[in-house]
Amino acid sequence: MVSQSKQGPLKIKQLSLEEAASHFFDGMTLMVGGFGGVGAPPGLINVMIDKQIKDIYMISNDTGFPWIGPGKLITEKRVSRLIASHIGSNPEAGKQMQNGELAVEFIPQGTLAEKIRAGGMGLGGILVDVGFGTIVEKGKQTVEVEEKTFMVEPALTADVSIVYAKQADTYGNLIYDKSARNTNPLVAMAGNITIAEVEEIVPAGQLDPECVVTPGVFVDYIVQSKGVDWKWVWELKQDTK
Amino acid sequence: MGLGTETRHQIARRAALEIQRGMIVNLGIGIPTLVADYIPGNYGVMLHTENGILGMGGSPPPGKEDGNLSNAGGYPVTLIAGASYFDSATAFGIIRRGLLDITVLGALEVSEQGDIANWIVPGKRVPGMGGAIDLAQKSKKVIVLMNHTDKEGNPKIVKECKLPLTVKKGAHMIITEKAVIDIADEKLVLREVMHPHSIEEVVESTGAALEIGNQVVSFQ
Repeated sequence: MVSQSKQGPLKIKQLSLEEAASHFFDGMTLMVGGFGGVGAPPGLINVMIDKQIKDIYMISNDTGFPWIGPGKLITEKRVSRLIASHIGSNPEAGKQMQNGELAVEFIPQGTLAEKIRAGGMGLGGILVDVGFGTIVEKGKQTVEVEEKTFMVEPALTADVSIVYAKQADTYGNLIYDKSARNTNPLVAMAGNITIAEVEEIVPAGQLDPECVVTPGVFVDYIVQSKGVDWKWVWELKQDTK
Repeated sequence: MGLGTETRHQIARRAALEIQRGMIVNLGIGIPTLVADYIPGNYGVMLHTENGILGMGGSPPPGKEDGNLSNAGGYPVTLIAGASYFDSATAFGIIRRGLLDITVLGALEVSEQGDIANWIVPGKRVPGMGGAIDLAQKSKKVIVLMNHTDKEGNPKIVKECKLPLTVKKGAHMIITEKAVIDIADEKLVLREVMHPHSIEEVVESTGAALEIGNQVVSFQ
């Protein structure tokens, strides 16, 4: 590691879950990191449910499982609008969509990830050709660039982004854990307020700057995680064996 | 659905023969996942997952699972040498950039032009497309593994798909419990029958024009 001076950031970003919850509000646009619930922040989702936050416009890769990750917010009927690529592992989401309780916009997974990344990067949108010839192209603005046609996909940002990471320092620099990284670095950049739930919080200066994945400048607050409080599908299958 | 374990593995075993040394491959959920069991370990094949792994290995032994290391279906996996983790944008950058040699996926319908429908039955089952559109449109070779017919016995290989499409003219090959079919120049060519099925059976249960290849062999 390169040597670092003892000078450091002024702001200590660590909050309690209770304090973090003060940033959630009814009707907010909420981005949730994770993929199939892997890498979703369990404590922040739980406190949102405890605080009776409702009418959420949620943007997430998928809706996890009914008892896992953002799936819990669906099961508790806190989400009224959803942007996602997949809801197949959460039958409750499908049910609410069919009976009109939940408005769903499906976006191809790679396009969704890139729209979120674009939002975080301060871009207006992206040009993409994935989905031509399918219902995805319906109603999309198109543009010709060097004799190729692309759909214009506006960038996505959110009032609040919640992510999960393995390590953070007190400045909010984040390091993720294996495939629990997934959408988290993108979601972390796209929130007007970003809150990271983290397994381990260390003083600024303790993380190797070379290994930081999300620079702390994107992260407003960090909270200490107590770990997942759900059982994974493969654990349940083992239980019933 | 509906296929026995042995038949599912027969299909997976046949699909694995399409995979060559050093290829970058994405395997979908269901029978496609089984294909991994039949890729020779010394082939140096790198398996790609949408959730951000290149170099995915097999399942860990019981008790060694890690909740934060899984495939796109959420099941625990391991890594092989040379593996890397990356975020979802990069996972799909790899796909859009055309770096996947083969994608193996399931389908509800495939047309004789190679159109694939696999993500929505309007009003009935609406799981969403996930990464299927990206994968089917951008991979160099797309192999569909599926039942030859649906639960009512209707052909799933059809002249034109009735369901909303995942991709237009995307499929290169279909492998079912009855046949191995190539899709080239917008027509279907029967290459192999799957033991114990006959050419006649395959033709009868296919809902589109099917050219019979020169030397149709039986795959055991």
